[in-house]
Amino acid sequence: MTDTAVRAADAPEIMPAGDGPPSGESPFREALRSISATNWRQAILLPTLALVSALILSAIVVAASDIDNLERLGSEPGAAIGTMLGDIGEAFWALVRGSVGSLRAISETLTNATPFIIVGLGLGVGFRAGLFNIGAQGQMIVGGLAATWVGFTVNAPGLVTIPLALLTGAVAGGLYGAIPGYLRARNGAHEVIVTIMLNNIALLGLTWVLKTSAFQAEGRVDPISKPIDGSSRLPRLFGFLGRSDLRVHIGFFIALALAAFVWWLLFHSTLGFQFRAVGKSPSAAQYAGMSVTTLTVLVMALSGALAGIGGSNEILGVQGRAAPGFAGAVGFDAISVTLLGRNHPLGIVWAALLFGALKAGAQEMQAATNVPIDMIQIVQALIIIFIAAPALIRAVYRIKLAPEGQGGLVA
Amino acid sequence: MTTVNPVHDPVALSGAGAAKARGLGVFYIAMAAFTWLVFGQADEGDATLRLTDPGDAFHDSFPDLVFDPSTFGYLVAVILAITGGIQLTRGFDRWQTAVLAATSVLFIVSFLGWAAAGASFSLVGMLQASMVRAVPIALGALAGVLCERAAIVNIAIEGMLLSGAFAAAIVGSVANSALGVLAAVLVGGLMSALLAVLSIKYRVDQIIVGVVLNLFALGLTSFLTARLLASNPEYNAAGIFQSIEIPLLSDVPVVGRVLFDQNLFVYAMLILTVFVTWLLFRTRWGLRVRAVGEHPRAADTLGVDVYRMQYRSVILGGMIAGLGGAYFIFGSTGRFDENMTNGRGYIALAAMVFGRWHPVGALGAALLFGFADALQQKLGLLNTGIPTEFLLMAPFLVTIMVVAGFAGGTNAPAHDGVAYVKEGQ
Repeated sequence: MTDTAVRAADAPEIMPAGDGPPSGESPFREALRSISATNWRQAILLPTLALVSALILSAIVVAASDIDNLERLGSEPGAAIGTMLGDIGEAFWALVRGSVGSLRAISETLTNATPFIIVGLGLGVGFRAGLFNIGAQGQMIVGGLAATWVGFTVNAPGLVTIPLALLTGAVAGGLYGAIPGYLRARNGAHEVIVTIMLNNIALLGLTWVLKTSAFQAEGRVDPISKPIDGSSRLPRLFGFLGRSDLRVHIGFFIALALAAFVWWLLFHSTLGFQFRAVGKSPSAAQYAGMSVTTLTVLVMALSGALAGIGGSNEILGVQGRAAPGFAGAVGFDAISVTLLGRNHPLGIVWAALLFGALKAGAQEMQAATNVPIDMIQIVQALIIIFIAAPALIRAVYRIKLAPEGQGGLVA
Repeated sequence: MTTVNPVHDPVALSGAGAAKARGLGVFYIAMAAFTWLVFGQADEGDATLRLTDPGDAFHDSFPDLVFDPSTFGYLVAVILAITGGIQLTRGFDRWQTAVLAATSVLFIVSFLGWAAAGASFSLVGMLQASMVRAVPIALGALAGVLCERAAIVNIAIEGMLLSGAFAAAIVGSVANSALGVLAAVLVGGLMSALLAVLSIKYRVDQIIVGVVLNLFALGLTSFLTARLLASNPEYNAAGIFQSIEIPLLSDVPVVGRVLFDQNLFVYAMLILTVFVTWLLFRTRWGLRVRAVGEHPRAADTLGVDVYRMQYRSVILGGMIAGLGGAYFIFGSTGRFDENMTNGRGYIALAAMVFGRWHPVGALGAALLFGFADALQQKLGLLNTGIPTEFLLMAPFLVTIMVVAGFAGGTNAPAHDGVAYVKEGQ
């Protein structure tokens, strides 16, 4: 496939946030400036319109898929339309209730958002450097498995096992992520194809590993790991209330800390500057004396390490053991999160909270109404289409967004 | 513009350069050592690979493949070692690919013998199953070839297969199976039209579009399955196509069963492969598509309407992928299930890369992947102790080796994945 140089050079830069070289400003003020930048319409209006459009379109899908009701439309249109609007209203109300309507709902939102933040940060680092890591799912699996292994073998206090498990997960995910980076840098193999293949390899490897005696739980024939030691579970934030349904755990704060770290790394460290330089123009970076090869491997390793921590977080914080589907679709959802967050750590946190809320709300929606949880996947896909093609939003709402407009999401 | 056509230039398949030739030689030696150490140590007892099954024509007169797997393993190891020696010293020149293919077949037969030592299983049945399992992969890969030859990367093959399958199930249940196939083709075309508009008109990053379309197809079909099909099973009962025996030809031993006693989709796969090859490499249209993929600016300068070529090629590809989606209904289970394509679209992508962006290569890769798929099912029955997951991994590992250049260079269109911007825009 083609050189990133071409793509990066062709794509106009529309990233809103703190892109200049590190300045003397205080970090806090710069963070503020980056969200309230001159480009605020781009940063806030566009995602909002994208979200609204996506919700409207999915409401239409909900209405149009109720066949029995549609059949009534001819004979008693008033009642049919009433049912339709009632259904939509009920579904959206359930979405809100399930995401922010109670302490439990908020806890679920934060629980869902945690892996989105961590994995999304990893993808964002890759995007900033011009690398498209579709392999987060595989890296989560490898990292999560490594953390699981630490979790059920190491017997020590939580202060030892938790950092050890997270670190092992990060290293394992990082190594798995470094493979496509290395193949890209040394052999020119396109990272998208390699990461897709590595996802499938990890998925198959997972079901195999979970059936080996080293991992499989005693007395089980299905692929499922031994449960991790109680000490290596991430403590729950509302543990003192003694309610088992409040699942949000300390991983959420780990995610926020990682977001701060990535923000510092990208915008206030030499290494981060080099990452972004490679993303903008590998050839210019090369001329400036940077080693594009090393940087590519490093970026992919860091991206994989974050995904690995994300996978470990799911094991240590939520599931307690590894099963074939433990990574779920987080690796792919995180792509949407990162795009919506425009590759900026702060944006990624917001986008992750939004998608976490959608996911939590959809569970309530499925339980309370007859609207399946898969609706949020449609919403997500639509959001990304609108975000990625601002010209569509411009055309629909007849507003002026950025003058340059198209492409450029992958810097 | 150097589009090397693998079919007419077999030397290119393994790439030039002494380093690669040496690598291949070492690979032969490694295979030889492996064969000696593993397949040579096969269990006692002959392996019987049946070339005809009871009920086939000529079943009584046509022999089965019966051999002592251990002896055969040693023999293959020696042949591989000699091949490796020749490869390292003087090379095979233009026969390199043929030699690689022939030795690979020997290696696989040796493996089958090792797995079936003291037992018997139907080789012809497995080859027949391989053809069927290759269908969605091959059709998806053809779609990929058509898109990428026109410089549009198509990650969305998976989504096109899935939405095609969904359309086929519903229309096939409500109307009839012919309309079901037609609906699948149209929906595949629609999906690829979306891909085309977003990546050509709106110049969204093509990989993002692909990822999103997959997400969208999975979300929409799962949503509708849960909301619509679960409570209305009459919309999800499309039935399947019976296999069509071609008179006389289907009675030919081995080949007849594998090639001429299959369902419509297998024939469609073979015909479409020939058709797309002809289209891309023997028509003016195909030349233009390839020109767009290699150097759109040059094509544009010469008066080729770049965008129109891209639209047509991508939409045609999507229609073929949609047909591949119909296979999941009419060629397989007769009903739609959530996420029933289960990553076949990504394997198709792998087949396209492995087949070096050529229809015939893609078909070959798809058949190989279909064979691995059929094999892992059989191995489960033979109880060899090999985890089936490893066999299923093989296509993905091979693809990584191909894109990394370990096994022959790639042949990607030069401008693949880069949006073309006309001058003055």
